[in-house]
Amino acid sequence: MSTLAWAPAGRRLRALARAELALLGRNRGVVFTAVTVPLILPFSVGPAFDRVDLKKEGLSVGAAMMTAAVGFAFLFAVYTSLVNAYVARREELVLKRLRTGELSDAEILTGTALPAAGLGLVQALLLCVGCAVLLHTGAPKAPYLTVLGVAAGLVLSAALAALTAAFTRTTESAQVTALPLVFVSMAGSGIMIPTEVMPHTLASVCELLPLSPAIRLVRAGWSGQMSAYEALGTTATALAWIVVAVFAVRRWFRWEPRR
Amino acid sequence: MNNDEHERVIEVTDLSRVYGGGFEAVRGITFSVARGEVFALLGTNGAGKTSTVELLEGLAAPAGGHVRVLGHDPFRERAAVRPRTGVMLQEGGFPSDLTVAETARLWAGCTSGARPESEVLELVGLAGKTDVRVKQLSGGERRRLDLALALLGDPEVLFLDEPTTGLDAEGRRDTWELVRRLRDAGTTVLLTTHYLEEAEGLADRLAILHEGRIAVSGTPAEVTAGRPSRMSFELPGGYFLGDLPPLADLGVCGHESDGRLVRLRTRELQRTAAGVLAWAERSGVELRRLEVRSASLEEAFLGIAREQEVRA
Repeated sequence: MSTLAWAPAGRRLRALARAELALLGRNRGVVFTAVTVPLILPFSVGPAFDRVDLKKEGLSVGAAMMTAAVGFAFLFAVYTSLVNAYVARREELVLKRLRTGELSDAEILTGTALPAAGLGLVQALLLCVGCAVLLHTGAPKAPYLTVLGVAAGLVLSAALAALTAAFTRTTESAQVTALPLVFVSMAGSGIMIPTEVMPHTLASVCELLPLSPAIRLVRAGWSGQMSAYEALGTTATALAWIVVAVFAVRRWFRWEPRR
Repeated sequence: MNNDEHERVIEVTDLSRVYGGGFEAVRGITFSVARGEVFALLGTNGAGKTSTVELLEGLAAPAGGHVRVLGHDPFRERAAVRPRTGVMLQEGGFPSDLTVAETARLWAGCTSGARPESEVLELVGLAGKTDVRVKQLSGGERRRLDLALALLGDPEVLFLDEPTTGLDAEGRRDTWELVRRLRDAGTTVLLTTHYLEEAEGLADRLAILHEGRIAVSGTPAEVTAGRPSRMSFELPGGYFLGDLPPLADLGVCGHESDGRLVRLRTRELQRTAAGVLAWAERSGVELRRLEVRSASLEEAFLGIAREQEVRA
């Protein structure tokens, strides 16, 4: 498609993202969780990392904490805050009203997600820089894997948020419907416990969880211990999850409240 | 572009809509709206007005039949239709935590060829409220904000779902005036309403919906033609309906009495009124609460509801 055809779409996305950013800024509870959890929670898992043998896997405690922090950014800055945003906009009939205009469905979902995804990205960057400097982890050994992981994590978190919103009636119930993915990811996707230190069979199951490939890529970027073959497989798993999530959103997303 | 006056801007053929639970809200309706016309869909709550308008707006796919807006399917060919239409939903649709100005800016950014936001806010009398959050607006102000944004892209076709519900008398008159000006400028308007005087005063043509079907359609004059006029009055104590001259001789085609209040339906209003008044004069009777009304949309509306009940 020519740039001419993309220009209006870009303008529409900007307009929607700008409004969503203002709304995000006015929702103190969501901002507080989104900003503080990824910065504070990693320190609570730090001591646990001391007890597992990370060195063997080429990981330092600092790198493990940093990966945990990026995982928390996916979950709290992007995923839970976006479930809340999608449900709130749907219940206020904002999504329905937007659909009467020129925005496409994909633009509505993307534009709404941009500020939260941006917040998640900024946090991930700050955490990487912060850890590199304060925890002396040094620079990532394969930064392109970290970049790939962060990108996949942000996109998947947003898509899963839209999917969760499809099964969430109110912003109050969003606090419950968002929990399963949060818990499963924290425990199984290598945020609290690196999958590298899990028993082999458990690890291979956990590596198939939605956010696992993204977290693995982020961590591997730091340790540099991932073969090209492994990197391809992990990226393929991440892409498969994105495809599944996008398909599910197209199939089940609700644009209006149930009456 | 074809600007022919008789161009069919909205064409609806045998349209039906079925909700998830199996409820058939729209049951095979057909009508068309020409360029520059104001067309009103009238009906009681639950008649299928909003269900129909949402199909025309392209928010849902019909269960059966066809919709064409400006020659396109508004659901499947969204990108071709949306830049040329303006929509005002029956309720809400704006984040309550944005201000009026932020909401207008958002909508302008999503509308090709948008007019300046201040211009449309001025048009609906919200120019002084730009820094107020949507949640702090009154119900009427929210309706006017919605109308302003529907006008932002200078639409060729405007869908207004109950545009004056929640407005006070003055706001309602202002909205009517605005719709007339838009019509004069060539905008095609499809509106729903349950205010009969709104349809009577604004619409070039209208359709009355009842239980998902069009019960009657045409110009207001066509719809009211053939409907009986009404006369009502209260008889003083000691007088009964039987004391009047034979009603058939007065041209009365139907009557009801409710205590002392008598309601007559007639197709010859002058003859009926003259007969009743002459009788009252002769008998020295004073008729209280006397009302004489030509056939109106209200009579057509109530008549349709009555006929449907009889049929059911």
